[in-house]
Amino acid sequence: MSPTNAVLERVTRVPGVRGSLLISATDGLVVAERLMDGIDGRAIAALAANLIQRLVRATAGAGMRIPTFVHLRGNTGSVLAAPGRNDLVLVALAGVDANLGLARVEMLDAVDRLA
Amino acid sequence: MTDDIRALTARLANEPSSLAFLELGEALRRRGQLEAAYKVVRGGLSRYPGLADAHDLLGRILGDQGDLAGAFDAWADALRFDPMQSGALKGIGFLYFRAGNVDAALEHLQRAADIDPDDESIAQALARVRAAARAAPAGRPEPAEDTSAPAQVTAAPTEEGAAATSLFASPENGDQGMMLVDGNGLRLSGNLRSPSNEDVGDRVAAELAGVSKEASRTTKLLGLGAWVAIAVESPEGNLFLVAPTPNTLLLTMRDPSLPMARLGLIAERAAREARAWLGVQE
Repeated sequence: MSPTNAVLERVTRVPGVRGSLLISATDGLVVAERLMDGIDGRAIAALAANLIQRLVRATAGAGMRIPTFVHLRGNTGSVLAAPGRNDLVLVALAGVDANLGLARVEMLDAVDRLA
Repeated sequence: MTDDIRALTARLANEPSSLAFLELGEALRRRGQLEAAYKVVRGGLSRYPGLADAHDLLGRILGDQGDLAGAFDAWADALRFDPMQSGALKGIGFLYFRAGNVDAALEHLQRAADIDPDDESIAQALARVRAAARAAPAGRPEPAEDTSAPAQVTAAPTEEGAAATSLFASPENGDQGMMLVDGNGLRLSGNLRSPSNEDVGDRVAAELAGVSKEASRTTKLLGLGAWVAIAVESPEGNLFLVAPTPNTLLLTMRDPSLPMARLGLIAERAAREARAWLGVQE
């Protein structure tokens, strides 16, 4: 298993996480993915990339560096994103019952290792 | 060891995945065995990190231990997992009261009473806080000795606040800012300063135009329902975004040392103020 896939595997193993993927922030394309059946990685990548770009511009406007972690919470689940180096963003899709704290720790650790 | 604690300990040993840790932790707490109670609940939370009742119990144990900041965090976690957790609302109401913020204390206790009208302890707490408010004409009883945790989250929910020209005029709203913007990225109220103390309100407001729609589109298309909040961590500060109304966005920014759960509570409270300020009936 490649290091990238090993990282995605660890994130996806967190209870409640339905899948994770590595995307390119600029063009919203999937670099690697590990998702449950029926989840469209391309849609997640495109939507997450758009949102991250907006938030990066907002934090830059506030005089802050690129976000280290973003959590978009919906009524029935969440999108988690950990921007890394080289324009890559690690993204996870989590259910409402997910262990978000553990997912965050795994994702931040994973982004560090991917750098 | 009493019989009930012995029985609960045996039950938990036989069924480590059961919820008996809640009863055992509470029994130990009531007996004053706080360290043991803490370990039991921590163990339970490692299995059930999203169980609001366990976070509530942890809050009570930490409160008994005098760790009010820790208790606040635990109750904030409980409310994150279950906004209707009346024990956590009561606990946070108590902490606000200790901090001298009667308005916030009353609001949390009233919410707890609305959720759990049969709980006499909540009714009694409400009566006590109201009596204390009447006794202190200024509406601010003297704070107790440790006010650090709740004092950080006071958002000044005064009646007058709704009529003020600036929604976030209160000095308690923090050193870096809170801002309400409309869907076109125009600042409606509030201020935002960068870590270097530069006024960045309008610049950030402009960048926030469309974030609400983008978030809404993302959660809807991914089957996650309506969007509720966006938490953004950055080395220089944390941001929390909520939409008080479909056409507005509320940004709260604080130092990264403030736990995100607490920042969420501040934002949630400010969103209610914003709705009142905008004349929206809840």
